[in-house]
Amino acid sequence: MPEPITSEPFIDENLLVLRNIKKYYPLTSGFLRREAGMVKAVDGVDLTVRRGETLGLVGESGCGKSTLGRVILKLEEPTEGEIAFAGQNLVGMPRKALHTIRRRMQIIFQDPYSSLNPRQTAGRTIGEGLQIHNVGTPAERKERVRYLLEVVGLQADDLNHYPHEFSGGQRQRIGIARALALQPELIICDEPLSALDVSIQAQIINLLQDLQEQNRLTYLFISHDLSVVRHISDRIAVMYLGCLVELAEKRELFDQPLHPYTQALLQAIPAPDPVAARKPRHIVHDPSTQPTLHGCRFEPRCPQAISPCKTARPPLVEYSSNHWVRCFQYFDPAGNLN
Amino acid sequence: MDPVLLEVNDLQTYFFTERGTARAVDGVSFRVPEAQVFGIVGESGCGKSMTALSIMRLIPSPPGRIVGGEIWFNGTNLLSLPEDQMQALRGNKISMIFQEPMTSLNPVFRVGDQIAEVLQRHSAITGKEALDQAAELLEKVGIPLPTVRIKDYPHQMSGGMRQRVMIAMAIACRPRLILADEPTTALDVTIQAQILELLKHLQESIRTTILLITHDLGVVAELAEQVLVMYAGRVVEEAPVIDLFHHPLHPYTKGLMRSIPGRASNAASRRLEAIQGVVPSLFALPSGCKFNTRCPYAFERCFHDPEPDLRTPLGGHPVRCWLY
Repeated sequence: MPEPITSEPFIDENLLVLRNIKKYYPLTSGFLRREAGMVKAVDGVDLTVRRGETLGLVGESGCGKSTLGRVILKLEEPTEGEIAFAGQNLVGMPRKALHTIRRRMQIIFQDPYSSLNPRQTAGRTIGEGLQIHNVGTPAERKERVRYLLEVVGLQADDLNHYPHEFSGGQRQRIGIARALALQPELIICDEPLSALDVSIQAQIINLLQDLQEQNRLTYLFISHDLSVVRHISDRIAVMYLGCLVELAEKRELFDQPLHPYTQALLQAIPAPDPVAARKPRHIVHDPSTQPTLHGCRFEPRCPQAISPCKTARPPLVEYSSNHWVRCFQYFDPAGNLN
Repeated sequence: MDPVLLEVNDLQTYFFTERGTARAVDGVSFRVPEAQVFGIVGESGCGKSMTALSIMRLIPSPPGRIVGGEIWFNGTNLLSLPEDQMQALRGNKISMIFQEPMTSLNPVFRVGDQIAEVLQRHSAITGKEALDQAAELLEKVGIPLPTVRIKDYPHQMSGGMRQRVMIAMAIACRPRLILADEPTTALDVTIQAQILELLKHLQESIRTTILLITHDLGVVAELAEQVLVMYAGRVVEEAPVIDLFHHPLHPYTKGLMRSIPGRASNAASRRLEAIQGVVPSLFALPSGCKFNTRCPYAFERCFHDPEPDLRTPLGGHPVRCWLY
């Protein structure tokens, strides 16, 4: 029972609908680069992002969360699946149509050092999208860039400066201004805070939230940092080795995590309080074996694994209202709730 | 209280560059008792890593140089030690765990040989004995099948495993002091929890002293007993960990605490109370208190008078601020 989505007519509430997204990379070996297998970076993701919400996508490195973000923007071609943005399927869309729709979706990257062209002024970086999409006259574009710089908390005159003249936090503000330039509806934030210091992180979080309110933006917020995701998201999806393992409203997920992996993640966050931090907790260890081909991906690390986990892969099932989980503790392989 | 193992007095480490002199560490003093986890916390550029490198006497020179101060370790001033004696201490009595296990292990040597090298450098044992000890060390840091894994190259291991190897290397000679510089920053959160647990366990079982350097207040809360907060090369506050989190005094520390998303007291409001502005460049520090450009409580004195000394208000702990 996958989340019922694309079959129904497009309703405005669902800005982005993913159905069964897969992204496999071939693994080659030897001199002749023979295909020796597949890395299943994203392996069947169904997900809906509602207009105006912030959907947090969390998981550890290598779980496929960033690949999924890039697939949504068609920076990578999905191996399989459908991406419906505002009701239009992006997979197989002609280049020209894709070009038009792209201005409605933008991305903010993790590393403000390597994601800005060092030889372009801030103004040129921010205004490039406007130029590509032929928005306004050069004078109007310049005015818009100055306006955007102020919106993100920089000086209008900063437009003539080069990336190396800015601090990390300021560069991330340039990245945000660039993403905002074309007034997108969806912004994919791919770990936008992890290269920043704590005090600067808080400034950027506040900025992203203000911009969302003012512009009715929708965020897909990709992060490994659960405390940040908890602060900024409305709903949270947890990803493990290419699959979503749990999806719920933020409060529900933190109050009642169902999947053993989510439970482990929540317990692993170092509490910024010395009293709470020193309570004993359960720690999930590294896998000593690879996941079996057909079984649950988390089974080798799972402290609660039961017999069906090795032989069948659990589907994502709605356990309680709007709370989805992929685990055999809650239903049997036939899909009946326990 | 345990005897003091490390005492740093008025340490000054400067970098001399074309743009001018950067006072990366500017008059830092602290004392670390034996068998304690002592935390130094601050944001990038505050001088915390340079303090650790100064203790190891590994400041890249030029452009850097320790221009003043004393570092007393177990009764010896490290700054007056000849280089060969300092080398005998490094990796032996004092060792270091770095942030990035991928770049700090040598990719072309097997991990067992790398650990054995440390052992052989500091004690007269055969290669065979050293390898056996390396396997024991891997077992101690929780690596399964240690006799097999000593033959691995670093790239064959996961990030968490590599950090365990780094730790095995650091504890190989039973050091009195371990300098752990962001030991879990490059790791995933579930792996970070394992490594913190391991450090805690090792610290208790071999009774070593750990100087823990991190930007992550969560890591400090978890491990440290006493904490030093640094800003722009200066110590701005020092306190036992519970005091620091429950009664922070310096406006910078207070701001850091309020900036952490997900902290219970911050969860209530949607907006975080961020510290305004950015860390000033070490080449263009403001006159007066170094924090005055960002401080919400700054008043006239903070701009005009020279920076205050660290002083302890009644019932509090040392803080560098005119408010007290």
